[in-house]
Amino acid sequence: MNQNNTTNVEHDTGWSKYLVVFLITLGIFVTIFYVSDVLTKRKLAELNTIQNNISVDLLSAETQYSLLGELDCSQVTSTVLSDQLNDLSKKIEYLENSSGKSDELTQLEKQYSLLEIKDYLLMKEITNRCGQKSVFILYFYTTSDNCSECVKQGYVLTDLRQKYPALRVYSFDYGLNLSAVETLIKIYDIKDTELPALVSDRQVYTGFHSVADIEKLIPKLKATLPK
Amino acid sequence: MEQVFSFIFYIFTFLAVYVEVFFLVTYLERRKDIVVRLDDKPNRVYPSVTVIVPCWNEQTTVQGTVESLLALDYPKDKIKIMLVDDGSTDNTWNVLQQFAHTPNIEVIHKENGGKHTAMNLGIEKATTEMIGCLDADSYVTPSALKRMIPYFDEPGVMAVSPSIIVKDPKRPIEWAQKIEYQLSVYIKKMLGLMNGIHVTPGPFSIYRIEVFQQLGPYREAHKTEDMEIAYRMHEAGMRIEQCHDAQVFTKTPPTAVALYKQRKRWIYGFINNTIDYRRLIFKEKYGAFALFTIPAGVVSIFSAIYLFIFMIYTFVKFITNKFVQFQAVGVHVSTVVQPQQFSWFYVSTQAVFLITVLLYGFVFTSLMIGARMSTGKWKPSFAMVWYIAIYSIIAPLWIMRAVINTVFRRETAWR
Repeated sequence: MNQNNTTNVEHDTGWSKYLVVFLITLGIFVTIFYVSDVLTKRKLAELNTIQNNISVDLLSAETQYSLLGELDCSQVTSTVLSDQLNDLSKKIEYLENSSGKSDELTQLEKQYSLLEIKDYLLMKEITNRCGQKSVFILYFYTTSDNCSECVKQGYVLTDLRQKYPALRVYSFDYGLNLSAVETLIKIYDIKDTELPALVSDRQVYTGFHSVADIEKLIPKLKATLPK
Repeated sequence: MEQVFSFIFYIFTFLAVYVEVFFLVTYLERRKDIVVRLDDKPNRVYPSVTVIVPCWNEQTTVQGTVESLLALDYPKDKIKIMLVDDGSTDNTWNVLQQFAHTPNIEVIHKENGGKHTAMNLGIEKATTEMIGCLDADSYVTPSALKRMIPYFDEPGVMAVSPSIIVKDPKRPIEWAQKIEYQLSVYIKKMLGLMNGIHVTPGPFSIYRIEVFQQLGPYREAHKTEDMEIAYRMHEAGMRIEQCHDAQVFTKTPPTAVALYKQRKRWIYGFINNTIDYRRLIFKEKYGAFALFTIPAGVVSIFSAIYLFIFMIYTFVKFITNKFVQFQAVGVHVSTVVQPQQFSWFYVSTQAVFLITVLLYGFVFTSLMIGARMSTGKWKPSFAMVWYIAIYSIIAPLWIMRAVINTVFRRETAWR
């Protein structure tokens, strides 16, 4: 066999195939990004629905509260709302961790914070009037500059909430830029250099506090447990 | 930081999906041509063939290798077997003596000089139309040669490689390799159809003698002479084909360490041969070899390293998180696993996750096609999952070591 026979080998793969495969791959990626976007939007829509439900429930609870003069304290149910708020908080946190912060998510977070404040005010009133065994903690944190103590404090509060079902923790992102949250910050004089910060019974505790620390600082926590 | 990671991830996965789609499109285009010949009809011609068996310390396997060659379904007067003992220090030479008086076998002894020198000695002495190589730890099936020869009816085809199969794997690492070799059957066939094969492996590649007459003998080539000759052939415009239904069984490294050494040598060879022949890359005249195979190989090296680092980064992040949680609240059941009710909300819909699932889907499809081409059955197996899991962890290690050895100009050892 001579050289000529071997050098004129026809190459089977034309440029058109490279282009077609590129377009198929591009199509697959565009589809994936589109599907991802649609599914994430559905999740946001689900959060909106939850928030609307909470709004309605809160309004209902507020109305119940207004009627309390005429009604029995046992008519006011608070645990369902608390569970809903917790569920919403977990879902917002999950979306934030997985998809990053978006305008829509920030908006949801603001609405959530407002609902928290409303729930806090209402539940405090109900607790005072009906003598319920509830403990409230306002928790201020930041996500903006890698506050590792805030991450740890978050774990502690989650743990405490599991341990003491009557504990209600309301967490607020310091940098959320929401006037209602800023008012709370002003009232308790919380500085961004002292985060994480906890507020309970108008007392402010700055820096990280372990489960044991908090149990010591708020002794009535233990009293909420059934004997 | 996360965004940079994600961006690079998208680039690499795009290229990986591109390669997978390329193979799949080729398979769908040509699937009717990929038949397994169940009725072995007589060939039109039976060119004479010399099969060279280079041996270095192969006392336990070489007898089986030679016996498999003697059992080939091919006219005995058309086949010559050259057993070249490359200065073995074990009992190989004595084992070979039992074949010294077999009519079509020649037994040769030489000083140790490396596999390529043993092959070149055989090539020098060969007078047949075709030359084959068979590693002394591999065994041909009787129909292999007869099925490979018709590929040479095409004048441009200058070499043909068979499908290499792992027989009777016993250890877990051998099972993983069996799946890998099945995958190679599919990949190599697709590359063969595109004229993009970049290696003519030791287990039973057959060449026209003109390859060596025109291009010269094998070279040391970073201990991957079977790769370098393929590069040289592509440069000379010679076509390499893959005969998927000719099967050769090979012995694979039985331990993870042995596998690591073997693959480090292969990847080192790929990197360094590619550097030596960089003038070919992206040159249209060298076809799919230069436009697809080599670039895809280079990209796979970088992406394997990157994905490994990405995996380590994710793992370290997870562990750090758990450690912070442990520091904060100590060990609870909820620290280790957070029990929560299943909700679709928590199934990731991130593009990174969906692309990863898609990529694994493509890999699994390739494994299934490879199994079909090797065994004739569309049968998923647990070994496929095992292969993906173990190779995801260990393959980046030999790839990284081969890159480091290249950067610091350290040669790799054979075994």
